[in-house]
Amino acid sequence: MSKIIEGLLYSESHEWVKVEGGIAVIGVSDFAQSEMGDITYVDLPSEGDSFEAGEEFGALESVKASSELYCPVSGEVVEVNTELEASPEKVNEDAYGAWIIKVRLSDPAELESLMDAAAYAAIAK
Amino acid sequence: MDQELKTTCLHEEHVALGAKMSPFAGFDMPIQYSGIIDEHNAVRKAVGMFDVSHMGEIIIDGPDAQSFVNHIFTNDVTALEPGCILYGMMCYQDGGVVDDLLVYKEFESGYLLVVNAANIDKDFEWIKQQADGYEVEIFNDSDSWGQIALQGPGAEDELVRYFGLEELRELEFYTFYDLEDEDGGRIIVSRTGYTGEDGFEIYADGEIIRDMWEALLEDGVKPCGLGCRDTLRFEAGLPLYGDELSAEISPVMAGFSMFCKFDKPEFIGKDALLKQKTEGVARKLVGIELKDNAIPRAGYPVELEDGTQVGVVTTGYHSITLDKSLCFALVDSTHAALGTPLFVRIRKRVFPGEVVKKRFYKTNYKK
Repeated sequence: MSKIIEGLLYSESHEWVKVEGGIAVIGVSDFAQSEMGDITYVDLPSEGDSFEAGEEFGALESVKASSELYCPVSGEVVEVNTELEASPEKVNEDAYGAWIIKVRLSDPAELESLMDAAAYAAIAK
Repeated sequence: MDQELKTTCLHEEHVALGAKMSPFAGFDMPIQYSGIIDEHNAVRKAVGMFDVSHMGEIIIDGPDAQSFVNHIFTNDVTALEPGCILYGMMCYQDGGVVDDLLVYKEFESGYLLVVNAANIDKDFEWIKQQADGYEVEIFNDSDSWGQIALQGPGAEDELVRYFGLEELRELEFYTFYDLEDEDGGRIIVSRTGYTGEDGFEIYADGEIIRDMWEALLEDGVKPCGLGCRDTLRFEAGLPLYGDELSAEISPVMAGFSMFCKFDKPEFIGKDALLKQKTEGVARKLVGIELKDNAIPRAGYPVELEDGTQVGVVTTGYHSITLDKSLCFALVDSTHAALGTPLFVRIRKRVFPGEVVKKRFYKTNYKK
């Protein structure tokens, strides 16, 4: 069973969002990392890039396959977890600790379209 | 669809071990158990075992067996002694590849052809169609055989321990022994593999294979899935039918003309392949090493600095052993020389690299 944390919001494409003030911290769910297997590379965007909700912002690469990352909310990237460049395996080890980007929310109302833990549990299997 | 999937004699063991299963060549096969990286490293540094029971076995016997095999096979079996094995291809008249395969010269009589699982039916039909005028019998014996590939520097010790036969150490690369279990069941042990390491492939019926799998597992041999089978063969520069060899990719294009014996009087595809070899081919298979960790995948475009596409990736990984991003790519021959700078488009960006030798990893065969 993969872990789902209460209090986070989830997208259908298996990203999680933690809201801290006007900033969305974004990563991928434990379910997503376990489906991918050993993650060997994280393709990260740059600080200052802007994404629309649902837009591709990067990718995770496992040994076998690549899996695109989709930004669950619109906004500008204010911080990138560059530690993942050297240590992509951190996403496997702790999917909820290994955040990928922080985005300044341009439309906080978009958060309402994301799932809570209970709703996500229904699709993450 | 799922109910049409075939299973191997080891299917229950895979499920019991909690393997990630996936359809491959019509079989429900294990992709990984503990993880591709862990399994890959076990084969490079210690020993691992693969269920390769899905592979096909086609037997060719009869008075004309030798001349017929030489007719359909690019390599030359004329001087092949009983107990010896050759790698090569079967090709169409135009030089495209029907399949790549191992040919075992049997001790009694005839030849055993070991072919790719995905091609068993196609190969069998094609071989039969070529047999007019040859006095041969052709059997598809694929369902009778299970197969374990025992691979890695520790494979010899494991094999000797399992069979209790020190002589197995003497087995040379690309040769095999014929053994029997106590009930007279046939066991073929060959020093072959698809990993770039020393290792063996063991063929027997399902019951013997299951017993062997359980004993090796108990002895600590790591079960390995098709995931790391691909990463291992890739590093060793070995082609996969469908990716690096196909009806469109000839052995000459793929750089395997050493397995085509042009001094044979004839074989199917000889004229076309010889023409390719002497006149050159439009596209060639190359290795590319990227200067970044981004991972080139099959189908990604290969470009020049100005954005002109000159090829396409056939297989790519971040090499587990070498810690580099590498790929095989089919590129225009004018850009195939070693050291040529080439670029791979990965999603929205382009990553620089250069043409390198396809054998990325120095193989450790026991010769």
